[in-house]
Amino acid sequence: MNILRNSFMGTYRARLYPNYWDLVALFLVLGVIMLLAWDARQMSAPYQLGQAIHISLDPKYLPGYALRTVMRMFLALIFSLLFTFIFGTWAAKSKRAERLIIPLIDICQSIPILGFLSIAIVAFIALFPHSMMGPECAAIFAIFTSQAWNMALGFYQTVRSVPSDLVEAADMFHLSPWQRFWRIDVPFSLPGLLWNTMLSMSAGWFFVVASEAVSVSNQQILLPGIGSYIAAAISAADMRAITYAILMMLVVILIYDQLLFRPLVSWAEKFKAEQVGGEREIDSWLVDLFHRTRWFRILGQKMTIFFDAFINIAIFRSRPFMPQSVPWVERHESAVNGVWNVVLFLLALISVGCLVHYIWEYFALSTILHVMYLGLVTALRVFVLIIVCSLVWVPVGVWVGLRPNVARVVQPVAQFLAAFPTNLLYPIVVVLIIRFHLNVNIWVTPLMILGVQWYVLFNVIAGASVLPKDLLQVADNLSLGIWLRWRRLILPGIFPYYITGAITAVGGAWNASIVAEMVSWGNTTLVATGLGAYIEEYTNKGDFPHIALGIGIMCMMVLFFNRLIWRPLYVLAETRFQML
Amino acid sequence: MQENEQPIIEVVNVEKHFKIGDRQELLVLHEVNFRMNPGEIVAILGKSGSGKSTLLRIIAGLVRPSEGTIYYRGKAVHGPVRGISMVFQSFALLPWLTVLQNVELGLEALGIDRDERRERALKAIDTIGLDGFESAFPKELSGGMRQRVGFARALVVNPDILLMDEPFSALDVLTADNLKTDLLDLWESKKTGINGIIFVTHNIEEAVLLADRIIVFNSNPGSIRGELKVPLAHPRSELDPRFRNQIDRVYTMMTTKIQEIGEAQHGGHAPIDIGYRLPEASVAEFTGLLETLNAPENDGKMDLPVVADTLMLDIDELFPLTELLEILHFAKVSKGDIAITEEGKAFVEADILERKKIFLRHLKKYVPLARYISEQLNHHPRHRALEENFISLLEDYLTEKEAERVLHTVIEWGRYAELFAYDYNSGVLSLENPN
Repeated sequence: MNILRNSFMGTYRARLYPNYWDLVALFLVLGVIMLLAWDARQMSAPYQLGQAIHISLDPKYLPGYALRTVMRMFLALIFSLLFTFIFGTWAAKSKRAERLIIPLIDICQSIPILGFLSIAIVAFIALFPHSMMGPECAAIFAIFTSQAWNMALGFYQTVRSVPSDLVEAADMFHLSPWQRFWRIDVPFSLPGLLWNTMLSMSAGWFFVVASEAVSVSNQQILLPGIGSYIAAAISAADMRAITYAILMMLVVILIYDQLLFRPLVSWAEKFKAEQVGGEREIDSWLVDLFHRTRWFRILGQKMTIFFDAFINIAIFRSRPFMPQSVPWVERHESAVNGVWNVVLFLLALISVGCLVHYIWEYFALSTILHVMYLGLVTALRVFVLIIVCSLVWVPVGVWVGLRPNVARVVQPVAQFLAAFPTNLLYPIVVVLIIRFHLNVNIWVTPLMILGVQWYVLFNVIAGASVLPKDLLQVADNLSLGIWLRWRRLILPGIFPYYITGAITAVGGAWNASIVAEMVSWGNTTLVATGLGAYIEEYTNKGDFPHIALGIGIMCMMVLFFNRLIWRPLYVLAETRFQML
Repeated sequence: MQENEQPIIEVVNVEKHFKIGDRQELLVLHEVNFRMNPGEIVAILGKSGSGKSTLLRIIAGLVRPSEGTIYYRGKAVHGPVRGISMVFQSFALLPWLTVLQNVELGLEALGIDRDERRERALKAIDTIGLDGFESAFPKELSGGMRQRVGFARALVVNPDILLMDEPFSALDVLTADNLKTDLLDLWESKKTGINGIIFVTHNIEEAVLLADRIIVFNSNPGSIRGELKVPLAHPRSELDPRFRNQIDRVYTMMTTKIQEIGEAQHGGHAPIDIGYRLPEASVAEFTGLLETLNAPENDGKMDLPVVADTLMLDIDELFPLTELLEILHFAKVSKGDIAITEEGKAFVEADILERKKIFLRHLKKYVPLARYISEQLNHHPRHRALEENFISLLEDYLTEKEAERVLHTVIEWGRYAELFAYDYNSGVLSLENPN
């Protein structure tokens, strides 16, 4: 009896009482909550346009600034997710909505949103007068625009590719749209969505740095954060402060990676339908920690029950009725579609009309041609960059990819570097240019590719690492020379991966041109000839028609080159060079 | 099985066509009529692409018929109906849910509360023999166990009737046999409350083993060729001569009709037109079949079930071959038998080069599409043509996917016969050989 009781008490105790791991986890959770609360109070502090915000270069304030930046990133991420869930799903489920949403997102993706920032700030300040909320929202909006399109498009594509048998099973068992969304659509797209989010994050860091210090109509608005710290350091020409900021950024990215993304990715493994051979499981110490705790595990179970109830909320339940006839909309499917198409077409026509009218009203033909010329200059930069970058990184990537041991070390480092906002490094390059009196038009060019070259590198690594071993052995067996081996095996083999990387890199380079073609250090400002510098210049002046013209031309160029060069290459890669 | 009882399912004049292109429509189901009575297991047997799966989905309310109506217990069906459950060929399990959660899915949709859900799901898991796997994820299970989860999920909602779409075709033979036996035991024990089963299959043995009634389907368009009652009591044994006899009856029914039409006209396969849905058969395969037929022990004539057994082909693999042999006049199929013709004998006894010549002759004579392509190439000044031209021609008769499939089948035959050459990258057909 006693033994029984003891063992009972033992299991009882073991089940309910916290262990050491609980303590560690508890501190972590409490710490994060406290920091966030402090931050939220700062955000809603009163503010007037024109009021100067002092940014101290004292490194002891830097962690505080970093936290503000992180918080902005986090909020933007939540909004991006909301946007993704609503519009991605809507487009995937409704043919009519799809016809409007998807092209819109596609265009938004290629718009260099940095140029729009000043417009957004004015709008948000009007929305929240007398409060920091205005500029805060504008910064968050800028980050949002760097992530949301990519995430929503990816989500839309995966939701549409949910296997038809799962859709049929859901129909057969009468799942309501709400249950279907949470039980099928979201889990199915989760691994892809997380991967996309991680990639978008790096764009996000870039934008948060750029958007914390913005000039609107010759007035600089500084939001406390790493970006504005850098801006302050640049105008004070303080190299030490720049170094602090770079180090801080590295730490922040590391923490984000360890506390947020690694745990999520490790957790999302279970949503993959099949383990693809050779793929390594990603482990996370944080997930391991929470697995070892007791209280938090019980909490996790409670969360599962809560999630369960959330999915099964009564108001979203399917109605137990049997449809007696075909719904009205479906019976008149073609008529409804026709009307919808006409509406869309009219809308497009009206906007084209407005645009043409607007452009002719404000600009002479020579101005337009000049801006187009600037666009071609920037395009030339992008092309030269992508070629140089390929010449450097393709051999390196192949070398690494063919050696699994090296790849295991290099891959995460490359991903980490990709997340680092390279605009933090601009001052260093600027100092070098000034020091050695280099040609501005040539030497600011590398700035544009600094952040995006990693996409080429890790895509090539990925491609080289999946080159079939037997093919490499055949090449050895036939003792192919180096050149023949590259031409016949390696280059065709990595081509699809390389193209994917190159397309991403080119998109990023266009966007970066806005901040990279006009850089400053202290009182010196270096301006290169190019469309990016043009947009930046008029943004500082607050001249909206010129900003609009610049951005319009840039959008057209990006779309034009995409259709003309990259899309055909992509199709070729898909059809001709795909390994079976 | 009383005749005067109200049928559970009644299929009345169902037609289904899909849009292909702007004006063309492809007929997949044509005038399908049948009824299922309480207590019956009905098999819908047909070749792949005969529209049988589409019919099952129409009965399930997943696909709307273009014409005609489905009645479930006297009421017209316009969408998925409560009371009808389905088991899928690919299992259709959610990989991120455990076995238990997968089984609970249908109950969740019914709004049943958590405790009752769990209880009923556990009971269903118990019944289907999945005890101990409740917390496993589908990817940890073998195919057979996964399909058991599929069955448990379908049964837990207490369905009135069960629909099954080739439920055993993704499983290996032993696993499938095991699952079939368990399913029959469950059905015989009346524990599940199911009043009828309709299943789709292309496996004749499976249909004879399980069904009380077999509905044999025609292809192009899918329609009912005939119906067979299987009067054997369960459990049935494949070794039982009466069982073999039933299988012969099915083969006979599946092959007789084509023969009758053919005999009326040519004494072989009826001539086909240019848009004919040519069977997917390779030269190597049909040569192998001819060699088997011509072997001394078979003397040029075999029973189709025996052919299927010896060469280990199911009807989806066997019938395209026999069809091609008939089209080319290399063999004749009648009443469940296949016999080699004189031309077939000449072909199989020739050497490689001679075979190519005979094949070329027959291809040009009996396959209008091959003849047409060769004529087009001859007329063209540079003897070249794009494959797209032929695909769009075929799309007047077939779906886009089928058009491509048929053209590539003909291209393979044409290359073997050295009738024309084909360049994969440019999609160009030409008369000359590549340099």
